Amino acid sequence: MAVVESSPPRTAATPDAIVSVRGVGKTYKGGFEALKRIDLEIRRGEILALLGPNGAGKTTLISIICGIVNASAGTISADGHDIVRDYRAARATIGLVPQELHTDAFESVLSTLRFSRGLFGKAANPEYLEKILRDLSLWDKRNNKIMTLSGGMKRRVMIAKALAHEPKVLFLDEPSAGVDVELRHDMWQMVRRLRESGTTIILTTHYIEEAEEMADRIGVINKGELILVEDKHTLMRKLGKKQLTLSLQQTMREIPPGLAGLPLELSADGATLVYTFDTQSEETGIAGLLRRLGEHGIDFKDLQSSESSLEEIFVSLVHKPRGDRA
Amino acid sequence: MNIHGIRAIYRFEMARTFRTLMQSIASPVLSTALYFIVFGAAIGSRMGDIDGTSYGAFIIPGLIMLSLLGESISNASFGIYMPKWAGTIYELLSAPVSWLEVVIGYVGAAASKSVILGLLILLTARFFVDYEILHPLWMFGFLVLTSVTFSLFGFIIGLWADDFQKLQVIPLMVITPLTFLGGAFYSINMLPPFWQKVTLFNPVVYLISGFRWSFTGRADVHIAVSTGITLGFLLICLAIVWWIFRSGWKLRS
Repeated sequence: MAVVESSPPRTAATPDAIVSVRGVGKTYKGGFEALKRIDLEIRRGEILALLGPNGAGKTTLISIICGIVNASAGTISADGHDIVRDYRAARATIGLVPQELHTDAFESVLSTLRFSRGLFGKAANPEYLEKILRDLSLWDKRNNKIMTLSGGMKRRVMIAKALAHEPKVLFLDEPSAGVDVELRHDMWQMVRRLRESGTTIILTTHYIEEAEEMADRIGVINKGELILVEDKHTLMRKLGKKQLTLSLQQTMREIPPGLAGLPLELSADGATLVYTFDTQSEETGIAGLLRRLGEHGIDFKDLQSSESSLEEIFVSLVHKPRGDRA
Repeated sequence: MNIHGIRAIYRFEMARTFRTLMQSIASPVLSTALYFIVFGAAIGSRMGDIDGTSYGAFIIPGLIMLSLLGESISNASFGIYMPKWAGTIYELLSAPVSWLEVVIGYVGAAASKSVILGLLILLTARFFVDYEILHPLWMFGFLVLTSVTFSLFGFIIGLWADDFQKLQVIPLMVITPLTFLGGAFYSINMLPPFWQKVTLFNPVVYLISGFRWSFTGRADVHIAVSTGITLGFLLICLAIVWWIFRSGWKLRS
């Protein structure tokens, strides 16, 4: 089976880690380095969202953990089992929903689930399969051939297949790709229910909203490197910025020299001033700003404050040189 | 051992057979029946005996082998190629199954279909020609051994192929000519001495000869040689499959 050039584990897995990735790298035949020594501990029972632009290495990382792609270096354990040496026990704990809709078109929904459960070494359990199908609103379609289902239903069938062997860890690779808004929200609810039942969930997504909505922690991958893994709220607090937008009574051509030292930006039409401040600093400086605006005779008719979204944080992270990252 | 996994693959593959019954069973039985009508009942009645056996009965082992080899390769290659083509192979690669369990599931199902097919052809032949089976256990053993060996060979073709054309190339361009030239319709003793020697490089000669021996008790080459060569080919195929799964060639990037 898969051969990984293992290097000795550099750190012991933390006690609550269900998946430990240590020094995992992947270089393809042509020399392309898809992953550069990734270290990642996935905590038991959490929802971890992996964000990253196209080609960042998210799917490669997931594929290596699940045994579909051979790693070039490093070791991985799932629920304490090495994925190469003890692949049976490791793989039995993992369920995977790949990004593409790969289904057996001519099979019925129920028979494809039976196949998945058996393939992962579990004895038949019709009651459990019925529960999954009911949870995913597929019970009425159990005898339908998969080819007759809509794209959204096929996506749910793939989730059902991944859950058929009762995995402890579920990988969802771009679960919302090509899925309408209603189904996406249904899926989010399902993922939350799974987490409540104790399943650890790792999802990759392009929809930052999805990560913001569901994840406990966020990992950002860019150009094969795991830039950071951070608790979602901590990340937003650490990297988030707030802005105060002031709509001016009278337009300005330029910021007065007396205010030059402040983090202010004047809009192109001269009608608004934007003041940016750090959410972590104790002093926002707003009081001083307002006082100094008054001293310069600048009146405003309205003011609004806004916080940067995860999307803005993500964009700033993947475009910053590594040394500049928080 | 992951018995549930083997059973799941086996059942999945057998279900595919029964879904495509016309293509996988009925069609080869029909085409072999046509051979029996033309070569056995019609032309065969005007031909003399070969090694003391009527021509119709003489060609039965060769015709069964002709179908068996083609169908074993086709069933097994298609069985593993389809998940590769459809992308569903991800599930097999991420499942807790060993290479041997995968082989037992896929090759076992393909070989089962071939054995069923071989027996059906044998039954069909009864309607057109009279024949005897001198060594029924050997006959069944050879049927199983050949089905397993060539299903394994087909499995390798399915792993190797990256388009539908490659699936067809080996059965059509290699196996069919080798079977026709391997003594399906004649005894190799009927060839000039030089071609008798050349034909011994054709592995199918040993299969047909061994299989025919189980029917008539007469063979072009000794039964032990036939069995040994078939078993040797089986082991080579097993070693190749083991290597493919170990290295991930054409399976894992």
